[in-house]
Order: sequence, then C-alpha cells, then structure tokens
Amino acid sequence: MKQTTKLSTISRRHALAMLGAAGAAVLTGVPAYADGAAVAAKIKGLTGGKSVGEGAITLDLPEIAENGNAVKVAFSIDSPMTADNYVKAVHVMADGNPTPDVASFNFTPAMGACSASTRMRLAKTQNIVVLAEMNDGSFKQAQATVKVTIGGCGG
Amino acid sequence: MRLAVMITMALSLAAGAAFAKTPYHDGTAEVIKPTDKNHPLGEVVSGYDFRKAMIRDVQDDDFANPAMLVADHGEELWDAVDGSAGKSLSQVFEGCAEVPLNVVGSVYPRYHNAAGKVISLEQVINMCRETAMGAKPYKWESRDMLGITAYIRMQSRGSRVNVAVDGPAAAAFERGKELYYTRVGQLDMSCAHCHEDNYGNYIRADMLSQGNINGFPLYRLKWNGVGSTHRRFRGCMKNIRATPLPYGHEDYVALELYTAWRGNGLKVETPAYRN
Amino acid sequence: MAKIKPRVKVPKSAAAGDIVEIKALISHPMHTGRAKDKKGNKIPRKIINKFVASFEGQDVFTANFEPAVSANPYIAFPFKASKSGAFTFTWVEDGGAEYTASKKMTVA
Ligand code: HEC
Repeated sequence: MKQTTKLSTISRRHALAMLGAAGAAVLTGVPAYADGAAVAAKIKGLTGGKSVGEGAITLDLPEIAENGNAVKVAFSIDSPMTADNYVKAVHVMADGNPTPDVASFNFTPAMGACSASTRMRLAKTQNIVVLAEMNDGSFKQAQATVKVTIGGCGG
Repeated sequence: MRLAVMITMALSLAAGAAFAKTPYHDGTAEVIKPTDKNHPLGEVVSGYDFRKAMIRDVQDDDFANPAMLVADHGEELWDAVDGSAGKSLSQVFEGCAEVPLNVVGSVYPRYHNAAGKVISLEQVINMCRETAMGAKPYKWESRDMLGITAYIRMQSRGSRVNVAVDGPAAAAFERGKELYYTRVGQLDMSCAHCHEDNYGNYIRADMLSQGNINGFPLYRLKWNGVGSTHRRFRGCMKNIRATPLPYGHEDYVALELYTAWRGNGLKVETPAYRN
Repeated sequence: MAKIKPRVKVPKSAAAGDIVEIKALISHPMHTGRAKDKKGNKIPRKIINKFVASFEGQDVFTANFEPAVSANPYIAFPFKASKSGAFTFTWVEDGGAEYTASKKMTVA
C-alpha cells in the first residue's frame, strides 16, 4: 500500500517552484468578466421583465471541473412537448466569463422531450444560469455553481 | 516561504484526504497487479481512473469523445492509396509491423527485426509508408500521424498492454528505466517523483496518475486536441523546467517502452480523454 | 476545408413513439477572438455559431453557439421517432460556410 510519508520527496522548494510554473500558465492580462448583473440584464432583455418561475428544470453540471476548456452542461425540462404545451427556447448563461452568453437552443414538439447536452468553456469558478421560455410566453430558470480548478480560455 | 509551507501543507492534506476513503476517484478504479515481479509498484492503475466522472464519461462514449474525430480521419487514411507503389496502408501494414493488426496496439514500442532496434508505432508507420508504399513520412505530431496511430491502436482496444522488454529489447528498456529515474531540469525531479512516489496525490488541481500510456494518442483539454505520448513526455519535462527532447528521439522511444512496460496488463484505451 | 468533419450518432432503427438520443460532434477550433497566436497576434473570431437538425426537410432543433462553446463542439438532444426518414444536420460557421451530414432512421 502506498504511504503518504513519501510526500517528503517533494520538497518545499519544489512545491514553490511548481506553484511558480503553475502561475505562468494562467491567463496573462486580466480580461473583464461578466457578472451577476450582466446575466440579470440579459435575462431581463429576454423576458421583457416578466417574472421568472422556478422548478421543472433539471441541471446536469459537474460540481468540480478539472479543466475549464470543456465543461459538461446538460439540462432536461419536464414538459409534454405537445403542439400546445412545449418549451420553445432555452438560454444558457454564465456569470464569470468575458461575456454571459454560452448557447441557446430552440426546441419543437417533434422532439418529444426537452433536453440538451453540450460542453462549454469556463474561465473560472462561476454560476451557470439556464432560462427556459415556454410556448405560452412564461419563463422558468435554474442555476448551479461549477468550481473550475483550471480555467478555460473563456467565452 | 510562507507560500511554500502552505503549498506543502495543501499537498499533505489533499493526500491525507485522498487516501482516507477513496484512493482513486469514486473507488471504481480497476486496480491490477503488475505482470512482472520486477515492477516497482504493487498496483497498476490507468490514468483514466485518476480523473473525475466528467472526464471519464467522455472517454466512455465514442460519440462524445472528440478524439474520435481524429481517429475517423485516421480510418480514411488507412484505406487511402498513397505513394508511388499505388498502395494503401491497409494493404501493407501487417507485413511492415511484423505482428497482426489487432495486436500492434498492445505490443509497440517493440524490437523490430527488420529495423534492428526498438521502434514506436509512429516509426513503423513511417517505415511502411517509405519502403512499402513509396509515400512521404508523416510528421510526428501531425493530424495525419495522430489519426493513423489512434486508428491502429484502437484495433487493440480492450486487449492488455503487453510490451516485451527482454532479449533484443533489453538495452532500450534499461535506457528507458534510467531516464525515468534521472533527476532533470531546474526542479531537479524525475518522472518517478511524481508518478511513482506521489500518484494519487494532488499537485495543484491535478491528481497525479501513474503516468501510464495505455490511452495514447489521446485528447487533452489543455491541448484542445489529440497528442502523442512524446508530446506528453515533452510537456512533463517542460513542467520541471527541463529541456524536452525532439519527437521520436531514441531516448523517448526507450522511455516509451519503459513506461509502456510499467502499464503492462492495463487495457488499451486509445483514444483516451484527459484534462 | 476537408479537415472540418462531423461525427453523428442516430440510431439506425427505432420503434414508433420511442424517444431516441442524437449526438453530433464536429472538429472545429472555435476561435473566440480573444486568444493570441505564438507571435502575439490576435486570432480572429471564427466559430460554429449555429447547428440545425432537420428531419424530412423540417427543422426540429436549433442550437446557437457563442464563443463560450468548447472547441470541437458537441451537442446531444432527443427526438421522438414517428416515421422513417432522413435527418440533415447543418453546422454554420462565422462567414457563412456550412458543413452538413445526413443520417437515415427506420421506424417500425
Ligand atoms: C512535477 C510532477 C511531474 C513529473 C516530474 C512528471 N510528470 Fe508526468 N504528469 C504530471 C501531471 C500533473 C500529469 C497529469 C495528471 C496525471 O495523469 O498524472 C502528468 C501526466 C503524465 C502522463 C499522462 C498519463 C495519462 O494517463 O494521461 C504521462 C504518460 C506522463 N505524465 C509521463 C511522465 C514521464 C515519462 C515523466 C518523466 C520524463 C513525467 N511524466 C514527469 C506531472 C509530472
């Protein structure tokens, strides 16, 4: 069995140097990031200021992403997906990237179910907001945080 | 200095936590016994099992794994006629490789009788292109070479890595071993410092694996693309501020043989997916 | 642009009423317009900005991608099998170039 005492083989000097090397790999320059306000403004624009409900949306996001270059983002929304009751569009937004938009999707009743899965770049730990627009003009939203240990190059 | 102490502490804490409950992620790892009694470790684990579910799920699904885009490209090249002999690689490759196609991926690097030395899969492909097809060799890290090596190794997917290190391969093996344990670079570290003494521990945000190569060529998020074993070797050497060797260098072929041997018994997972 | 190639999974056959999953990948660097090349020059934005799935000529699903979508964009989505037919998948790149793939599905 392995022993943790072997750790001493990595000396402080090494640890510090490694950290230095790590620092060099981080993005140079400080880009301006979107924030909660940018996402809120975006939502307001999409909803025209209507109230947004909760529920019905299930998010599938990793708690921790080992690399921000491709973070799974998937959702499913409870909906009969019939001609008179379906999800029309879904917007995925992130509050810690240079811009809040990630992707949006248009659904049709022909799909029979409402879900999608893709992969996104996350520059750092941040919140992902999913806003769904129903065919009757109502909105629902869900949110989750993804902890990013190494940032992607951002959106 | 305070920073250094903090980092050292972080390393030990992470280690303590990692070994208390789940040695490798989720405790679902396939842990095998080394096939050779001279193996320095008591257990052999694929790099796959050191990654989190988000990464493993992609590797598990050929329609989600972007490495398959490159392997598809390799499949096209496999059947494409190229060079003055009017042949495709599929027509001549088994002859060049000296072993059946479905075995190639688990036994290379291998002592090649005609070449009279240990060569890697990339080298046998180029040898075949030049001698049997009359075609130009591929550049080591080109999409063509990565595609064709991924496609060929995939034909052995699921079978166990089984490189031979005795007989005429012994000298390359010994050289590879020497390189593995030699401290290099400004950080004065060897491969073994990270991949033998500290696998399962965190270095920054990465859980160190045993540095096995059973999934190469593989897609890496950091690269936004597919890369070879030698690209990984070069990356690890740059991290310790050592001067990396050129692709295909004799020493890298030796190191590749040695690291492949450390992973003997693991399943070929090409094309794997990593962070 | 022979290098930009899609890879799509559609089940060959399905029973009427089944909800099948469709998966689509395409090789593309998805240049965000923020990164720089080795010489320090900005790499201009070039992404796949849209993916459209149509069945028998009818658009059934559309994805609009922003630069935050990862390189080699991946998309998976459901579809309710009702009759046999052909899917066409179209990826639209900044500048208007289009890449397409088609797959047939038999519904019994
Ligand atoms: C400073 C620590 C360090 C040293 C020294 C080091 N590596 Fe690594 N290596 C890493 C890290 C971190 C990773 C990524 C996580 C992992 O798989 O271990 C990695 C990954 C690898 C992988 C990929 C494994 C996989 O499954 O994807 C291989 C192969 C590898 N290293 C080989 C080597 C070789 C050969 C050497 C010596 C030339 C070496 N490394 C030296 C830190 C190191």
